[in-house]
Amino acid sequence: MIEIKNLHAKVDGKDILKGVDLTIRPGEVHAIMGPNGAGKSTLSYVLAGRDGYEVTKGSVTYYGKDLLALEPEERAAAGVFLAFQYPVEIPGVANTTFLKTALNAIRKHRGEKELDAMQFLKLLREKTKALGMSDEMLKRAVNVGFSGGEKKRNETLQMAVLEPKFAVLDETDSGLDIDALKIVAEGVNALRSPERSMLVITHYQRLLDYIVPDHVHVLAAGRIVKSGGKELALELEKNGYRDFGVNEAA
Amino acid sequence: MAAQPETIEQVRAVTEQKYKYGFTTDIESDVAPKGLNEDIVRFISAKKNEPEWLLEWRLKAFRVWQTMEEPQWAAVSFPPIDYQDAHYYAAPKMKAGPKSLDEVDPELLKTYAKLGIPLREQEILAGVEGSEGKSPAIAVDAVFDSVSVATTFKAKLEEMGIIFCAISEAVQKHPDLVKKYLGSVVPYTDNFYATLNCAVFTDGSFVYIPKGVRCPMELSTYFRINQANTGQFERTLIIADAGSYVSYLEGCTAPKRDENQLHAAVVELVAHDDATIKYSTVQNWYPGNEEGVGGIYNFVTKRGACRGKNSKISWTQVETGSAITWKYPSCILQGDNSVGEFYSVAITNNFQQADTGTKMIHIGKNTRSTIVSKGISAGKAQQTYRGLVKILPKAEGARNHTQCDSLLIGDQCGAHTVPYIESRNRSARIEHEATTAKISEDQLFYCRQRGISEEDAVSLIVNGFCKEVLKELPMEFAVEAQKLVGISLEGSVG
Ligand SMILES: Nc1ncnc2c1ncn2[C@@H]1O[C@H](COP(=O)(O)OP(=O)(O)OP(=O)(O)O)[C@@H](O)[C@H]1O
Ligand SMILES: [Mg+2]
Repeated sequence: MIEIKNLHAKVDGKDILKGVDLTIRPGEVHAIMGPNGAGKSTLSYVLAGRDGYEVTKGSVTYYGKDLLALEPEERAAAGVFLAFQYPVEIPGVANTTFLKTALNAIRKHRGEKELDAMQFLKLLREKTKALGMSDEMLKRAVNVGFSGGEKKRNETLQMAVLEPKFAVLDETDSGLDIDALKIVAEGVNALRSPERSMLVITHYQRLLDYIVPDHVHVLAAGRIVKSGGKELALELEKNGYRDFGVNEAA
Repeated sequence: MAAQPETIEQVRAVTEQKYKYGFTTDIESDVAPKGLNEDIVRFISAKKNEPEWLLEWRLKAFRVWQTMEEPQWAAVSFPPIDYQDAHYYAAPKMKAGPKSLDEVDPELLKTYAKLGIPLREQEILAGVEGSEGKSPAIAVDAVFDSVSVATTFKAKLEEMGIIFCAISEAVQKHPDLVKKYLGSVVPYTDNFYATLNCAVFTDGSFVYIPKGVRCPMELSTYFRINQANTGQFERTLIIADAGSYVSYLEGCTAPKRDENQLHAAVVELVAHDDATIKYSTVQNWYPGNEEGVGGIYNFVTKRGACRGKNSKISWTQVETGSAITWKYPSCILQGDNSVGEFYSVAITNNFQQADTGTKMIHIGKNTRSTIVSKGISAGKAQQTYRGLVKILPKAEGARNHTQCDSLLIGDQCGAHTVPYIESRNRSARIEHEATTAKISEDQLFYCRQRGISEEDAVSLIVNGFCKEVLKELPMEFAVEAQKLVGISLEGSVG
């Protein structure tokens, strides 16, 4: 269970999160929507432990542990995964190498046996096929020269390989064509399980047709201002965020 | 070629310590008194039982050296070296010239095993596995302080007419070859350090590949400085006769010591018609500690002559060690259509300094050269790439491509690129590309979010950055080099 309580965070001296409260139980999928600049990505970075995102108040408890006390790689080993809104390019490092290094680092951290090259490739092939990605993309350097949609698909692949316990997907649907959206959504749905929780950040209710959330929240100006079921997303699609005192164009 | 299990094991062990080669071996050694003068030169020559011509050559070099001054142009700084305050000869005590490994001091064999060069196992394993057609392990010549202690696989190579032995042995057994080629690429007047080497070199490796022979295994020399206050002045001479091929690898280590030690080697390569020499170096001399105390001064002259048409010399170097590195492996492209290559990874961390690069001298028609240099700087380290591409008037159709990339970690280090280009033929095409990048916060966070620790992330990113060069190394050493890249950057972030 993940419990975010009264979370306040600062970036570059500026208060961005101003008291976020959110509880996610095992197996639940929560969606967060909200205007640009509301602090959605900031929340995801704070959960993942990025340097420079200073928590000034509040707490995050992750299965009984103080999540904020852990280093980013320790959080990853504990099962926290963030699909980035803007995936990062790493020239020269093959996608396969990157994934193998990541998976084995996590396994090692958990005291599990590292996979050898053969075992890993077998696993990777299965996951790649399910996501309709080409082998060629695995050989290429991490995200280098990938199209916007390919980058998002690659994030999904990483999630599928690392099998997190708590996944935060930051606008993983942005930039995907209609077919890719379905494939990625299927990939995400395949990972849904009673032990796994997800926090899906999106601007479009369309994604939620495929990945049906248990709860939908509106994050505006650094706070969760409204929570509801799936129907809240439809309502937002119709009326925008003006009911929350925010001008959508801002 | 599959990596030997123990090589892999050793590589694994490498990751567990910062500089695991920092042990000294307790061996009685035969040491010349400190200081440098004609008597010391004579002493060395006598110890080696050298012919008169070689002593004369050494003395000529010594006399020239006395008139020379240390070069000042490199972007490195260090307190003046007192050349009188070092030993110029140190040899582990044993009967002259071991005939087989059985005659080698067991302590020495242990030392090499610790370094990941199990000389004896190499031979034994090959004896068991040595199926024909498949290349067995690697032939190793091990140089300990000033003396070559063991060469493995000698017999097997001899069957093919390949000579691979200590240069001191070659002087005795193949004097004509040595006399013909020694100093023919790097003359005894060449430069301060090379000239000093001519006067006092003690040992090193000698390789001769006969016409049309493709050497079936990697030839390898491991250098180790053990004795305190000794300089190591080894001399390597490799000759590839017409149509032959050889791949040669050099690895280096030294114990941790607070005082600086001088290493001034000379390597000469000669490639005749249609011959190829691939020379790889993994240099991991002790770099000094985090405060910049101690470490090896690595002042080395390496030069290859592509004498014949269609000949090729390829230098690959991974330089992670030494307090100061000063080296410019070069190619003289004399034969028409000859090819010179230089692939380099240089890593400097903490207070290390490196001024390294290459020279490609195009003399023959349609000569081609490729330079790929990857420099990585961390801590307070300073690094300079210095390269010369020179096209002489007769080098019709010559081509060069240079790619120089620098990667900075942190904001207290520096990388500098100094390309010199001299073209005296209008038909020549010269391309130069240079980039400088930093490891970004974004990249590190992305890796860490995926569970990769900061240090492993740096190692991963840096290995990606130098992949083009590392893939040029023989397979066994590529793995070792990758690990080294990681180790030498430990503590560079966070
Ligand atoms: N390094 C920074 N320095 C100053 N302000 C920052 C910094 N990083 C983020 N911000 C600000 O914090 C606010 C929240 O940004 P965040 O990226 O969390 O928004 P978001 O809700 O994810 O928006 P979007 O829907 O556009 O992705 C924005 O106003 C942004 O400009
Ligand atoms: Mg965002």
